[in-house]
Parts: sequence; C-alpha cells; structure tokens
Amino acid sequence: MFASALVLVAVVWELYKGLGPQNGGEVFGWSILPRANDLAMPHVWEMLSRYADPERRGSTDPIFFTVASGAWFSLRLALAGFAMGTLVGLGLAVLMARFKVVERGLLPYLVVSQTVPLIALAPLVVSWGGKLSIGSFEWPRWLSAAVIGAFLAFFPVAVGTLKGLTSAPPASLELMDSYAASWRQTLFKLRFPAAVPFMIPALKLAATASVIGVVVAEISTGLAGGIGRLIIEYARQTTSDPAKVYTAVFGAAALGLLMVGIVVATDLRLMRNRPKEATE
Amino acid sequence: MTAVEVRGVSKVFNAGRANAVDALVDIDLSIEPGEFVSLIGPSGCGKSTQLRLIANLTEPTAGEVLVNGKPAHQARLDQDYGMAFQQSGLFDWRSVVRNIELPLELKGWDKAKRRSRALEMLELVKLSDFAEHFPWQLSGGMQQRVAIGRALAAHPPLLLMDEPFGALDEMTREHMQAELLRICSETSTTVVFVTHSIPEAVYLSTRVVVMSPRPGRITAMIDVDLGTRRDVETREADAFFRKITEVREALRGMDAVDPSLEVEPALGVEDR
Repeated sequence: MFASALVLVAVVWELYKGLGPQNGGEVFGWSILPRANDLAMPHVWEMLSRYADPERRGSTDPIFFTVASGAWFSLRLALAGFAMGTLVGLGLAVLMARFKVVERGLLPYLVVSQTVPLIALAPLVVSWGGKLSIGSFEWPRWLSAAVIGAFLAFFPVAVGTLKGLTSAPPASLELMDSYAASWRQTLFKLRFPAAVPFMIPALKLAATASVIGVVVAEISTGLAGGIGRLIIEYARQTTSDPAKVYTAVFGAAALGLLMVGIVVATDLRLMRNRPKEATE
Repeated sequence: MTAVEVRGVSKVFNAGRANAVDALVDIDLSIEPGEFVSLIGPSGCGKSTQLRLIANLTEPTAGEVLVNGKPAHQARLDQDYGMAFQQSGLFDWRSVVRNIELPLELKGWDKAKRRSRALEMLELVKLSDFAEHFPWQLSGGMQQRVAIGRALAAHPPLLLMDEPFGALDEMTREHMQAELLRICSETSTTVVFVTHSIPEAVYLSTRVVVMSPRPGRITAMIDVDLGTRRDVETREADAFFRKITEVREALRGMDAVDPSLEVEPALGVEDR
C-alpha cells in the first residue's frame, strides 16, 4: 500500500514535469503553478542516483553516507525529545485526570503553548540553556534541539492520554471502588490500560512532531551534524545541484517514518490481545 | 450476627435542590447469613440504589447500613462482599484468569497464591478450559460466569448482584440461575440480588423483597419455601407458580396506589 502510494507520487511528479509549463504558470492571473524545469523539479531518478554521488567534488564517499549519519544524529535527538515530551505529557495528563482544577487551569495554557512559533522559540531555548549549569553539568547545545522536539511532542501526549484516562467506563470504575482500590491502583490497573487506544495515535503525532521540532531547531539554531543542517546547506546549492537537497529531505521523511514505526510496533505489542474492533 | 442490616435508611438525590428525589424512604431490612434475598420492583423503586448503599458505593442520607456487623464503609475496605453487574465489566486487556485475579491483586496477594485461587474459581464456574482466553472470545453467559468467579475470588461472605443476567437470553438465563444456586450453596454465600423478573426472583430466593417507587420503599416481604434443592422440576411445580402469583399480586397491589405504574419488562433498562 505504502510502496504503491510512493510510486504514484513519483508518477504524478514526472507527469507534471513532462506536461507543466517550464517557467511556471498562471491560474486566473495568479502565478501559482511551480516551474517544471530541471532546476525546480529534478527528475525522480536524478534524486535517487544523487545518493550514490559524493557530497562535493573531491570527497569520495557517496552523499548517502552523509545523509545517513545526519539522520542518525537527528534520530537520537528526536528520540530524546520524544522521550522527554512523552514523560512530561504523561505526567501532565495524570495530574489533570487526578485534579479537575488542574485540568481547568492548565489545559488552556497547554493549547496556547503550541501557538508559539517554533522558529522564535528555538534561539530562546538555546540562550536559556547556555546560561544553565547545574553543578558540573554543562548544558550541551544538542539538548536545546531535543527540548524543542519535546516541546512539540508533549502536547498530543498530554491531551490524548488525558482523554484516555477519563475514558474508563463508569461501571469499571465502580467495580474498582467496590474493591476499595486506591486511586493509584485504579490508575495503573484500569485507567492506563483503558487509555492505550487513545495514547497510540497521540504518540504517533508526538513521534513525528519531535522529528519536526528537532529539524527546525537544528536549522534555526545552526546546530551542525543533523539532517536539518544538511537541508538548509543543500538548499543553498540548488542552482548548481538541484537534486542534492532532496536527498536530505527524504532523509528527514524517513526519520519521521522510522519514529512512527517504533510507535506502531509498540501498538501491535500492547494491543495484541484486545478485541479486533478496538485496534482499528 | 446478621449479614446485612439496614436501619431506617433514606436516600435523597439532589438534596436541598428543586429537583430533589426521594429515592428511598425509611428502609429497614435484615438479612441472615445463608439467605438469598431478591429485591424486586418497577423502575425507580430504588432497588439498585439500595444495593449500592449496601455496597457503600453511595452514602445514605439518613440511617445506617451494617455489613457483617461493621459499618458498610469498613466492610467495603475489608472486601467483605463481591459484586456483579448487568455488564460483566471484565477488562478486555486481561485474560480470563487474570480478570479473576484482579481483586486478589488489589489485596496484595502474591502471584502463586492468586493464580491457584483463580484456577479454583474457574473450576467452580466450570470454565477451566478458558483460563487463557480473553473476555471478547467468550459468550455473554460465559463472561457473566467469569464475573461471578471474580466476585467470589476473595471468598467474601456476601455477594451483591445487580441484574447480572438481565442481558442474557432466556435459555442461558435459566442455566445461569441454576449455576448460581449451585455455586452459592457450594460456597455458602449470602446473596442480595436485584432483578425485575418475577420467576427469576422466586426461583433463586429464600425471600423476595417487593419494593414500590416514588418514594422507594419496601411494600412486602415474601418467604419462598421451595426447599434448598431447586432444579428444572421446581420451575414446573405448583408451589412455584403460587409463589409467582403471590409476588405478582404484591407488585400489582401498588397499582391501586398509582395506576400509571407498570412493572417493567424482563429485559428493561435499569435506572440508576
């Protein structure tokens, strides 16, 4: 399914490239159609074959290795951001589920937090981080990028988990009451298992969001070594090497897919014993 | 010591507000160990509320409830009763045997001890072959048997049941009734059973408590002396039908008070 969708996108790309106007076009007087020349839209096979060519003249390794090591660098940041965001999101969700007053007071601010433009936030986090030092602990620059990933990731986790934690059927809650179960016991034996179907889509969102956060943070803070930096670097070279930037863009996309893949694998494992309707 | 002692209990919902409802007024009820008591009555007569008061899932507005000689609250903390609802309420993510282990887990039993008790309960409800199945793989009747096993897992002296067979078909229902009687006599458990089926109440009970609504109160107590061994023949005995008539007339007696009241159909939806 996924593979055939990819092929379809490639076919549409090539079709437009073959038929579309070379220097862009107009629809009702607005110039919105992209240019179809080789500079703006390189052939799919050129993008793919670019992976085998060296990054720049003089170097011997194909660009594939550069992109892969950049992706690996960013993957670790995204995983760190995803982990932090998930922990914070879970913590907030539990607090909000436990205390109604916290939910009422906190939830609007969580929504507001997501409207802050990421590009503006990134340099701020870096400068705060630079001023932070706890004992002998020096705030590394990569941590700022991970924090920005976490900042995007925690929100869906908090909202999805909260919805899940409050979704336990009243009859089941009453059953736990009849056993005089503590709030903690009810949380771990009933509310969390009941929340899993709500948490999985939230975690998928968080996984992609943490990748986006990390990539944007790398770009706007100038953190070297990751896929974000490669994208911005290669984008500057489009005039001479139009296919190059796509190698990095696809690398970033693969990163997002890999993160979602991790969540899907967890999902399959957690839901293997549930009724089939609930997993769909 | 009585199993359940309800003294002068009243329950008002939304007390002090314009939409206040007298759910129960001046209830006195005393249940001896080993009794099987059914609460029967039309919608809104407070029979479920009364069960929930005994279970301490809600507090009375006035009066007191004692279970096993203790205040209901203490009895709940001590898990002195097990409870089964119309929906089996099994946890989807737990296998059958782990569902039965749930109350034992909450009590802090160790793994080996609760597994052996759970298997014992599965034998009692005749589902030993389904220990590792998941609830959604079982029929409604089997799920309800698991729920009964779960309710009795900690060997509580008292079993509270709120229309546990209300969602089952007639055949399964009769089978489950017979099974319930067998299980209760094997474990010598006292039962308080909410139903709106007259034959079910008569077949199961040693005593039927007839309730009327608006406000909820007890209008009649009918002893059912059909003996302790009840089987398919009991259902066809004249004594059985006479008791059914007696309960039906006690229920109908309320129509003279308020002719708009109707006894619910057997598969109606219980109010809460």
